[in-house]
Amino acid sequence: MEETLVEVRHLTKKFDQFTAVNNVSFSVKRGEILGFLGPNGAGKSTTMKMITGFLTPTDGQALVEGIDVSEDSVEAKRCFGYLPEGAPAYPDMTPDSFLRFVAKIRGYKAHQIDERVYNAVARINLSSVLHQPIETLSKGFKRRVGLAQAVLHDPDVLILDEPTDGLDPNQKHEVRQLIREMSKTKAIILSTHILEEVDALCTRAMIISAGKLVADGTPAELSPLDDVFRRLTTHNQALS
Amino acid sequence: MMNSIVAVILNFTNSVWVIFKRELNDYFSTPIAYVFIIIFLILSGIFTFYLGDFFSRGQADLKPFFTYHPWLYLFLIPALSMRLWAEERKTGTIEFLLTLPITTTEAVIGKFLAAWFFTAIALFLTFPLWITVNYLGSPDNGVIVAGYLGSLLMAGAFLSIGSCFSAITKNQVVAFVLSLVVCLVFILSGFPMVLDLFSGWMPELLLKTISSFSFLTHFKAISQGVIDLRDIIFFASLIVFWLFININLVALRKAD
Repeated sequence: MEETLVEVRHLTKKFDQFTAVNNVSFSVKRGEILGFLGPNGAGKSTTMKMITGFLTPTDGQALVEGIDVSEDSVEAKRCFGYLPEGAPAYPDMTPDSFLRFVAKIRGYKAHQIDERVYNAVARINLSSVLHQPIETLSKGFKRRVGLAQAVLHDPDVLILDEPTDGLDPNQKHEVRQLIREMSKTKAIILSTHILEEVDALCTRAMIISAGKLVADGTPAELSPLDDVFRRLTTHNQALS
Repeated sequence: MMNSIVAVILNFTNSVWVIFKRELNDYFSTPIAYVFIIIFLILSGIFTFYLGDFFSRGQADLKPFFTYHPWLYLFLIPALSMRLWAEERKTGTIEFLLTLPITTTEAVIGKFLAAWFFTAIALFLTFPLWITVNYLGSPDNGVIVAGYLGSLLMAGAFLSIGSCFSAITKNQVVAFVLSLVVCLVFILSGFPMVLDLFSGWMPELLLKTISSFSFLTHFKAISQGVIDLRDIIFFASLIVFWLFININLVALRKAD
């Protein structure tokens, strides 16, 4: 089961004179959990936004399940679940109405919607807050709502931008467990600042600094991670 | 081939419909919708009965009501449309929305239709005026129906402008002001006072072109019960034009 589910080829993003992402290439196979590491402003989120079709690359391609995200955007978007940074959601909706909305947009009908929402809620543990407006939820629950909408349609690919940010230690543990479970049948890309999360969770880690890929290997190969991280990213930041 | 065309149409309809419903529910989940409707009704009442001299005119029609609709919409519709895209960009939900398997076109049209339908609800709730004028006299109800439909179409044109400018900025106030100014230009281009300014020296053709863009000019006939295809085409084309720009703006600016 080693098919490549995500492929990124020479992805570049320039905003006027500023190069946010510089010729990044990598691929992710089913069963892999890829950890995206980097200092703030390094280009992690920008890369994810290009893979998910939110941003158009200046150069290069991103393919999900073989579909070019820029060319066949809607089809590609059916293949992944995305948790954007900050887990944005409509504040006046409840988790229930929000997840139903996502289910309907993804084309589910009637009893399928009930089933999908029920499964997502059970999996992510949202039943206690199901009918509360999202704006009243704690940061941790808001993030869980974002996760629930990303896994609702059981996609083969998950792209998670800082999925455990703002969660308490127990919630972090729960989310990591969940990611670990799902990775058996999926390809998962997650970005994080937390180095120990990479060690705990990821099968592979990539370090991005100033838009460039500066390291790619297993957590074991990149150990000790904080030293490697500091060395590679401070150096690059000094140059840029 | 036929199958895939049908599939595309069904997908389009589903996406637009789901977004439309979500938006409409959103309007009514906060007090804003009710406040807006109440202000709309109060203002249209004031315009009709005081400014429009409804009673002293002694005529059983709703002309004083319809005459002020362009001015009513000038302020109220930018207030409605300013949050359409600016808020999504501000809160970041635009990133969530546009990474769902929908096209930008479906998102823009869904939101626009919801705002338009909401305006239709506000307009519909002025029906007591219609009942009143039927109680007091025998108005030509065909003229009144035409007036309502024409007003709704014009509201759509205002909305398409407002929605477009909402996509330019994250700041709702800026969106409001820009929309208001542009809508004002469309209204004023037919204002007798403005046309008189130009009539002395401007070539007749140019004068006619400027006034041909005026909401006032096109709405006047409709409000008197005359449904001229040219007026309908005018408002409909404006809606299509501004929605087209809107779609492109959202696609271009979503990640800024």
